Amino acid sequence: MSRLVVKDLAKSYGETRVLERVSVTAAPGEFLSLVGASGCGKSTFLKIVLGQETATAGTLTVDGRPVPPEPTTDRGIVYQRYSVFPHLTVRDNLVLVADLKHGGPLARVFGPKRRTARDEADALLERVGLRHAADLYPASLSGGMQQRLAIAQTLLGRPKILLLDEPFGALDPGIRVEMHALLLEIWAEHRMTVLMVTHDIGEAFKLGTRVLVFDKVRRDPQFPGAYGATITYDLPLDRKTRPAAPTDAGVIPGPVLQRSA
Amino acid sequence: MRLVNARPSKGSALALATLPFLVVGTLYVMASMDRLAVNPDDKLLPSLGQMGAAFHTLAVVPDRRSGTLILWADTTASLVRLFSGVGIAATVALTLGIALGFIPRVKATLGAFVAVVSVVPPLAVLPVLFIALGLGETAKIALIALGVGPVMIRDVAQRVAEIPAELVVKAQTLGGNTWTMILRLVLPQVMPRLIVAVRLALGPAWLFLIAAEAIASTEGLGYRIFLVRRYLSMDVILPYVVWITVLAVGTDWLLARLSAAAFPWAHPREAP
Ligand SMILES: Nc1ncnc2c1ncn2[C@@H]1O[C@H](COP(=O)(O)OP(=O)(O)O)[C@@H](O)[C@H]1O
Ligand SMILES: [Mg+2]
Repeated sequence: MSRLVVKDLAKSYGETRVLERVSVTAAPGEFLSLVGASGCGKSTFLKIVLGQETATAGTLTVDGRPVPPEPTTDRGIVYQRYSVFPHLTVRDNLVLVADLKHGGPLARVFGPKRRTARDEADALLERVGLRHAADLYPASLSGGMQQRLAIAQTLLGRPKILLLDEPFGALDPGIRVEMHALLLEIWAEHRMTVLMVTHDIGEAFKLGTRVLVFDKVRRDPQFPGAYGATITYDLPLDRKTRPAAPTDAGVIPGPVLQRSA
Repeated sequence: MRLVNARPSKGSALALATLPFLVVGTLYVMASMDRLAVNPDDKLLPSLGQMGAAFHTLAVVPDRRSGTLILWADTTASLVRLFSGVGIAATVALTLGIALGFIPRVKATLGAFVAVVSVVPPLAVLPVLFIALGLGETAKIALIALGVGPVMIRDVAQRVAEIPAELVVKAQTLGGNTWTMILRLVLPQVMPRLIVAVRLALGPAWLFLIAAEAIASTEGLGYRIFLVRRYLSMDVILPYVVWITVLAVGTDWLLARLSAAAFPWAHPREAP
């Protein structure tokens, strides 16, 4: 749960301006949906927040501190693809989090610590409906199962800010609804700040407490790279400012389906 | 049916695969019988029996001078050189390749150097090795390592660079640093590729081995072939070539099995 403040952020790749004058403040626990035309710079924005790319201009702070120019455990990410480690089984993908955080130079926890990590992994797998697949490799999982694993893994890292780049873009509509339920449940429980890029407007409104629209305000037909995109609409969805409101039954469904996707 | 769609069944695929071996074998036997009928002392195309007898002698009859079983002494000497050379190359390729592919400063420093070194023809360096390291085992092993190492380094570096940036970023968001990411992400991801690189390198490695043994050696499969060449002993040379082929095919098969067993995730289609 952290406050993210972006001020006058700009990003260019060489001559091409991708983003300009992007300013936004995300209050702790807010769920921001980011929408916009394909190629307008939403992923680039997310990468800058993540520290995977550096901004050309502007400032970025989390809880008042400038964001370091490389990824840290503060910010978690779920991509549309390549989000889990193909060489580790489903369970080991989760145990890896403990290995990397507490395993020292061997990157491996041992003994009781390992048992705890495994138990924690199995509990979380149960929760996201992947307990039966614990010993499989990700390649043998469906797209929906892989994304559930990716979300579970990111969650174990306990990020203050959760970034999602079209996480459900490659999934079937039915699976997507399940994933929405899972994500909302997790968000309600952990109350982290969420930034989610999606190309599905319905999804943006369903999940977000706020919808940000990225678009170019100026265009040069002779040279499309002359101007970048910025946030053109910032729509707060007041009805959902309190996550996990028990009355909001339409948004927060009951226990997550345990069906294998 | 179009040729591209006509797939042989399992049985006929096996029969088709055996066919070229049978054809070459039959042609050889026929040609050999022709020549031996004209001149029973002909050495060029010995009969299967003659080759079998020669091979048998080398395999089970101790050499009169040294008292060793020549085939096994040659095989041991050659395989030790081969695996030492390839092993050294693979170890260097793994460390240097990972450093080159994963750490931008190492790539900036050594990338161009490795690229240039890898186009130096190894056999041209052989005299240098013999002069600098003497005619012993070191020079032969060094030739093999130098011959196959640079390509393997570049192969591993390439594979490391192909690891999706998403995975590297994700590992960092989960608390990974450069070293722990090498251990838990990069190393496991390149190991299957390293094995492929070793399998591909074994061809050139045999070439360098036999070249080095032909020039300066007192035992080894390559040494033996070039030694008996003076006496036109085709009855030894041909079985030795077949034996080297068997060793090469066996090694390749073992490495493929090893990769499938140790890294099942990298072989999804072969998994049960
Ligand atoms: N590394 C890069 N180098 C050059 N141009 C890039 C790079 N990454 C993205 N771009 C360009 O930036 C623009 C925005 O890309 P992206 O952020 O992926 O868009 P979106 O996620 O909104 O579809 C695109 O025109 C893309 O071609
Ligand atoms: Mg994108």
